[in-house]
Amino acid sequence: MTNAAISGKGRQAGKSARPGTLSLLLNNTLATAGLIILIAVCLLALAAPVLPLLNPDVTAPANRLLPIFSAGHLLGTDHLGRDLLSRLIWGTRVSLAVGVSATIIAAVFGSVLGLVAGYAGGRTDTVIMRGIDMVMAFPYILLALAIVAVLGPGLLNALYAIALVNIPFFARNIRGITLGLSRREFVDAARLSGKSPAQILFVEILPNVLPVIVITMSTTVGWMILETAGLSFLGLGAQPPQADLGSMLGEGRKILFTAPHVSIVPGVMIFVLVMAINLLGDGVRDILDPRLRAGSLTRPVARTAVLRNPADVPAPSGDENILDVRRLRTEFQIGGTVYHAVGGVDLALRQGECLGIVGESGSGKSVTAMSIMGLVPTPPGRIAGGAAYLEGEDLFAASDRRIRDLRGGSVAYVFQDPLSTLHPLFTVGNQLEEAIRTHQPLSRAQTRQKAIELLSLVRIPNPKERLTAYPHELSGGMRQRICIAMALANDARVLIADEPTTALDVTVQSQILTLMNGLRRERNAAILFITHDFGVVSAICDRIAVMYAGRIVETGKTDDILANPQHPYTAKLIECVPVLGEPERRLDAIEGRPPVVNDLPDGCAFADRCPHAQSLCRTGDIELVAAGANRSVRCLFPVNTDPST
Amino acid sequence: MNDGRKKTSGEDTLLTISGVERIFGGERRLFGGRAPAVHAVQSLSLNVRKGETLGVVGESGCGKSTLARLVVGLDDPTSGKIVFDGENLADLARKDGNALARKVQYVFQDPVASLNPRKTIRTILEAPLKHLTDLDKDGREKRLTELLQAVNLAPEFLERYPHEFSGGQAQRIGIARALAAGPELIVLDEPVSALDVSVQAQVLNLLDDLKKTFGLTYIFISHDLSVVESVCDRVAVMYFGRIAELGPAQSLFEAPMHPYTDLLMRSAPAPGRHELMAEDASAELPDPYNPPAGCAFAARCNRKTRTCLDNLPASDQAPGPDSGHIAACYHPLIEA
Repeated sequence: MTNAAISGKGRQAGKSARPGTLSLLLNNTLATAGLIILIAVCLLALAAPVLPLLNPDVTAPANRLLPIFSAGHLLGTDHLGRDLLSRLIWGTRVSLAVGVSATIIAAVFGSVLGLVAGYAGGRTDTVIMRGIDMVMAFPYILLALAIVAVLGPGLLNALYAIALVNIPFFARNIRGITLGLSRREFVDAARLSGKSPAQILFVEILPNVLPVIVITMSTTVGWMILETAGLSFLGLGAQPPQADLGSMLGEGRKILFTAPHVSIVPGVMIFVLVMAINLLGDGVRDILDPRLRAGSLTRPVARTAVLRNPADVPAPSGDENILDVRRLRTEFQIGGTVYHAVGGVDLALRQGECLGIVGESGSGKSVTAMSIMGLVPTPPGRIAGGAAYLEGEDLFAASDRRIRDLRGGSVAYVFQDPLSTLHPLFTVGNQLEEAIRTHQPLSRAQTRQKAIELLSLVRIPNPKERLTAYPHELSGGMRQRICIAMALANDARVLIADEPTTALDVTVQSQILTLMNGLRRERNAAILFITHDFGVVSAICDRIAVMYAGRIVETGKTDDILANPQHPYTAKLIECVPVLGEPERRLDAIEGRPPVVNDLPDGCAFADRCPHAQSLCRTGDIELVAAGANRSVRCLFPVNTDPST
Repeated sequence: MNDGRKKTSGEDTLLTISGVERIFGGERRLFGGRAPAVHAVQSLSLNVRKGETLGVVGESGCGKSTLARLVVGLDDPTSGKIVFDGENLADLARKDGNALARKVQYVFQDPVASLNPRKTIRTILEAPLKHLTDLDKDGREKRLTELLQAVNLAPEFLERYPHEFSGGQAQRIGIARALAAGPELIVLDEPVSALDVSVQAQVLNLLDDLKKTFGLTYIFISHDLSVVESVCDRVAVMYFGRIAELGPAQSLFEAPMHPYTDLLMRSAPAPGRHELMAEDASAELPDPYNPPAGCAFAARCNRKTRTCLDNLPASDQAPGPDSGHIAACYHPLIEA
């Protein structure tokens, strides 16, 4: 799969290819702005004792309500004649301290509760979470008021109240994550390593939950500062004469019309502070959240970018081919590194033919298939050269509109996991009818009739009733049949099947393979069948192409290649496969690993693992040369060349 | 009991599973009634002999992974008992939570998921040494080197994190972790099914070498018949939570008795094999919430009779020609 291929490559690329957390954050302009403002405000607040400020609590009734930019009072004075600039900076200091410490307290207690509830499950979980629910059931300000009413007004009591009110927020978030993590295999493995539940919880699970705690904290600090201000505004937090943004706001409220600056100054500060924190918090979340980090934010475009040299577009190889892929090159650019996932692949598919692409993970077989209809995500992928002709039409030069018509029309895909390709919220009938209507102007009744026909075509019993079933109500084999029916809905000329049976059980696999084999005969459709399994290839493919490190190393008739593999890689790969009925043979493993496709060696990519490699193998570019009828090999010293052996 | 069964429960038996059942769900609900229950494993009896590799084959949902978790103590049976080397697992766990982990270890299907992404390989491999053995710091260091050597990994890998490894390397680390505390029995739950074929062969060869070097016993769980045939001495075929057929690998694969085993074997694709046996689309697993009264396979079986639909065959209903070869079938393909 594409993702696997990329991550597989990223692994070897090391840290240089992947931008660091800080540089990612600095890429986000808004978050950077938030960070700068926050740092400035924090520095100002921290420096309050050393700054040449007037005493914030000294009253001077003679100077009351001086406007902004008065001499000696930059921001003016309040109703008691106190310097507003000084009160603002000291007040920010207090608000920040209360907000941050309340966040830390809430995070510590909330996370511990969430961790314990999520890991222990059962009764412990129920008791803790119902307690949390009770805290949540109160309006938060009411709860805070009640707490302050019991403990008495004061900044410290307000802090406790705010921390307590926010514990559920952390507890619920962390519990959800812990619940998922504690069912993971590495937790079972830790149990089998003899670790106690406490060790598992705090040594194994906590480090994995930490990013979520940080995300939650970064998004709540701003909220906490607002809540502190709210309580102080109501007179329940900071007590006079102590300055605090909320209490300043409260004092200004009474004279809002006569002296608006008294409340506007702290108001602007609250706004700037909370805004800066939220912008930064969002930035931090985007970086730490693995789902967002995986690239959901980059939003790939609908079609793979084609960046090929227009002067160097290869011509189709022959007229009789339905699908003709010529010198296809697809690359991924991640950071500063370019991964040559597909490095010049030629494929030709005739009507009614089934061509198998065989290779191990990361060999580029899926990327090849996805490139044909422009399904490789851009960014980071792009088609860097070559051409794909569908019945003579250059697909890489076609308009977006034309490609949309062809996708699911003349060229249809069947993917590995039918549960993730079908939409879980629509019935299979809905999805099948949608596939038909997108391409054919049929009435509702006709569409429905056609959907029923398609289901019986893929041998689904009771097709009429099955139309109303949801994907989760069907077994894996049935779901894959639905996917095949969708692919055939618009009389596809070419079916691209990417490991369609890998996720299925053997008995179901044999059903699906038999079905696909029958359908291509009935429909005369060509199949491009991607798999890693030589057994599956034997059952369905007429010809196969073996891929290694983004290139085809051998191609020919299935039986010829299986009986008489000429490329050492093909030969080794076939020897690796255990065969039913031959338990005695010692499996011959291929030592070493495939090369990374951002750093391919000169010459043959397999040379380092090949027992027959010579110095000539490591230089120049080795061509795919014909070796008999319908047979080509990319090897200077092919094996099994004598047909008599 | 027939002769075959008596022979398997001899002195060389390491693990005895008798009448084990595991039910998920079925708890009492707040407003009367019970939640629907699924029998993941039902009245299952099995012996594992010292030094053998016992294969457990079956398709998804047949209960083979549940069985594995029961054997290593990650899960407890609803009824029945599992005896390891003369000691009941439940008693063993009560005495000392880690006693079982010292003797039985587990290798996971997904090698990367079984390693904590935020721990170095050293921390991961040291955990069982710290908690399950009495080794001191120097002893642990020595053992770590031995372990890495045993699974053919370079010592510098110790300081790296799991995401830096390929699937095959990660599985070697998983195997090293299972070996760390010197167990007698290792349960391998689909250890190679997430790996590429070339890597699969490397791992299978490694497992074979380790078994000889350390005198291990394996329970090898897989859905891939050809892999099981190439590594196992005896094989149990599971269907719908029960054992359909049990016997020595050679006799089971040469002459399967249960129609389900036969179906599995003829469905398996192999290089050079063109025709696969395929059933009708209507052939599906029975509903686990509403299991059939008789043989669970009867709905898919072309040899079924009235007896099969109404009565449950005993696991040794059909004794085979070879000793220790039994099938839960009224109409086996081969009569003894």
